[in-house]
Amino acid sequence: MIKKETVWSILEEIPDPEIPVISIVELGITRDVHIDGDSVTVDITPTYSGCPAMGVIEKDIIGKLKAAGVENPKIKVVYSPVWTTDWLNDEAKEKLRKYGIAPPEKASHDKSLLTGKPKIIACPYCGSGKTKLISQFGSTACKALYKCENCLEPFDYFKCH
Amino acid sequence: MNSTIKSALFEYTLRLGDSPLILGQRLGEWCGHGPILEEDIALTNISLDLIGQARAFLSYAGELEGKGRTEDDLAYLRDEREFRNLLITEQANGDFAQTLLRQFFISAFHYYFYAELKKSKDKTLAALAEKSWKEVAYHLRHSSEWVIRFGDGTEESKRRLEDAIDELWRYTGDMFDMDETDRVLIAEGLVPDLSPIRKLWEKKIAEVFETATVSVPENVFMMSGSRKGKHTENLGHLLAEMQYLHRAHPGVSW
Repeated sequence: MIKKETVWSILEEIPDPEIPVISIVELGITRDVHIDGDSVTVDITPTYSGCPAMGVIEKDIIGKLKAAGVENPKIKVVYSPVWTTDWLNDEAKEKLRKYGIAPPEKASHDKSLLTGKPKIIACPYCGSGKTKLISQFGSTACKALYKCENCLEPFDYFKCH
Repeated sequence: MNSTIKSALFEYTLRLGDSPLILGQRLGEWCGHGPILEEDIALTNISLDLIGQARAFLSYAGELEGKGRTEDDLAYLRDEREFRNLLITEQANGDFAQTLLRQFFISAFHYYFYAELKKSKDKTLAALAEKSWKEVAYHLRHSSEWVIRFGDGTEESKRRLEDAIDELWRYTGDMFDMDETDRVLIAEGLVPDLSPIRKLWEKKIAEVFETATVSVPENVFMMSGSRKGKHTENLGHLLAEMQYLHRAHPGVSW
């Protein structure tokens, strides 16, 4: 019988398929691990409803657990509590920045979203606050597209959610 | 949960799943055809959110029904009259203005609707509503900005927006129709009453239209029927394309 801690340490080794510098545990996708005899179930929650990486994540978890000797690992998709960028800790945010993705600014439900008051998002490359929103919808569901007006580099911003 | 409530909840959850499914399919038609790259990506991103929401609601509908139907069975193996999506979601894309106006009407409705559905006594519906609400907030901002830009833009963009309003306004009443299913579930605290949501929606539309310098239509005949599966001609054509592969190759998987 595999231990809960062992399962968690396996999960911590699995990178997010779209942002491989952070693990699915750091991203907050893995919510719980249930062990009942020989059966292991991992609860996961999507970042966005239509996140296409979920299928790959499920496959990765199953593959890694099978490799560790778990015979028939199961995945359960849960929706409550609802995923939020507040679950990303400072260390994970720093990893995102180094990877070229501006991390989410605190306070998940962003009121400025509807009032349209722009927030200052610092460029992950040069640190300048002179940046401009190009599109609310970027390369993946969880990111928006920005441009730095100082170093002129385009960059992704991990949306507050 | 007694069987009347359970079957009402199944019916209602189908509605919740069908609207984002059909609208998501419509928006997917823009893939590769957006006027600029960012908008192509935006419309397909929104489509992806909607398909994700549809999957979750339809899976739950299948559970409530208890006959073993999966999200795929419900999406691909029902006929037109069995679909419960709002009439406005199946309307053709038209031009970019019509697509964005349709999005604005629906996103504004969903934004206020999910904010109330979050309080449902049904834990699954409450959780799915909370998730969808966060996503819809982005859709609402995106589409309302475009409506303002069209209306307060050039003569051409304003004309296109006004044409789209003429075309789509008649389908907005259908969003707020309530029937016996609604009444049964409202009484149980499982779903919200749509009357106060309609007030909030009308206020939002009036605000954005005012900034966009276009007028809110008055005394327009309203189409209805989605609650009973009575659709416009558009849905059949959409389903033919959406369901073709799955029906031609039963049990096919990705």
